[in-house]
Amino acid sequence: MTTATLDDVRRVVADVPDPELPFVTLGDLGVVRDVQWHGDTVLVTLTPTYSGCPATEVIARHVVEAVTGLGLAAEVRTVLAPAWTTDWITERGLKALRDNGIAPPHQGSVSVTLGRHVPSCPRCGSSGTEEVSRFGASACTALWRCRSCGEPFDHVRPL
Amino acid sequence: MITRTDLSLATYCLRLGDDALVMSHRFGEWVTYAPQIEEDVALANIGLDLLGQARALLTRSGELAAGDGPAATEDDLAYWRDERAFTNVHLVEQPRGDFADVTVRLLWFAAYQHALYAALTDHPDPTLGGVAAKAVKEVAYHLDHATQWVLRLGDGTAESHRRAQDAVAAVAPYVDELFTDDELVTDLADAGLAVLPSSLRAGVQSVVTAVLLQATLTPVTPTWHARGGRAGVHSESMGPMLAVMQHLARSHPGASW
Ligand SMILES: [Zn+2]
Repeated sequence: MTTATLDDVRRVVADVPDPELPFVTLGDLGVVRDVQWHGDTVLVTLTPTYSGCPATEVIARHVVEAVTGLGLAAEVRTVLAPAWTTDWITERGLKALRDNGIAPPHQGSVSVTLGRHVPSCPRCGSSGTEEVSRFGASACTALWRCRSCGEPFDHVRPL
Repeated sequence: MITRTDLSLATYCLRLGDDALVMSHRFGEWVTYAPQIEEDVALANIGLDLLGQARALLTRSGELAAGDGPAATEDDLAYWRDERAFTNVHLVEQPRGDFADVTVRLLWFAAYQHALYAALTDHPDPTLGGVAAKAVKEVAYHLDHATQWVLRLGDGTAESHRRAQDAVAAVAPYVDELFTDDELVTDLADAGLAVLPSSLRAGVQSVVTAVLLQATLTPVTPTWHARGGRAGVHSESMGPMLAVMQHLARSHPGASW
């Protein structure tokens, strides 16, 4: 018999690392929408970052494993609305991205028309950077290069 | 109890989902064929966004058509329907062509999807509204990507200009079908449950025309129009494409990885 509470569940779910960017957690990304009892089962509601993000199913599996680790049965439900935005990434998440060489998205970007925002280099801080490719190694990143230190870096595209 | 409106809405979701699914498959075909590795990655990522839209839309279509009965899943609909049951427009099923072809095709399709999803974000069906609200932001990136490349190709070398202009002419007959109304969508639109395709025409055309002109390309008026995709009548390239897309699921039912 487990004595885990919903707060315990919320904590372990928030601590599940993102499979593609393992230094940020689901809590950092802001993708956990709700944690509720549904009979004897914990129902965790997640929202995907990108519609086609291949990590979504891996994340759901890891969430179920984390809750099962508390001795509870879990089910994951995905909701699309309201749509996730990079504005939901927490301060901690933004810092974790920067600390790991990834330029975080600028905030307040919930526009459907694209601004021309230039991220600064996560390695040397220079603002002399240029986009190499709008689409990068994962669904949420673009590939950029720093003209000062010469290093390429990933940039989480504002969405 | 399944209402007529539910069935119509199921078909509407299927149409939007089939457009996204088939276009996604064609983009997947570009991997290792694009002119540079960054474009392999870009086209694959755009295909992935479209696949995400397709999965949600096909799932919803299956639910709406089933009522309280067992619903067809996204996989049932993607892998186990035959050609005549696919409701996508001809534009998305056209063979890969060259890089100018895919770029100009994406310019039209992304401009269309962007206008469509922007108009569907407040749809009363939570899934359809949710997909639209999410996808409209992703499609903005697709549209921007296509725009940047059309400008570069059209206003680039003599060779890239010639091929981009050929691509503009090649896609022209497939554009009108995107903006064609029929009874089903008209009835749904009257009930506030669909966007009338014809209502998107002027806005999309002006977006695309502005890009073409800036790219020093000339818009082309086609001499014929593709028809019939929504009713399951497809062009010659659809069958071979489906044979590839459905082969694994049909030869190894229940396969997983
Ligand atoms: Zn630098």
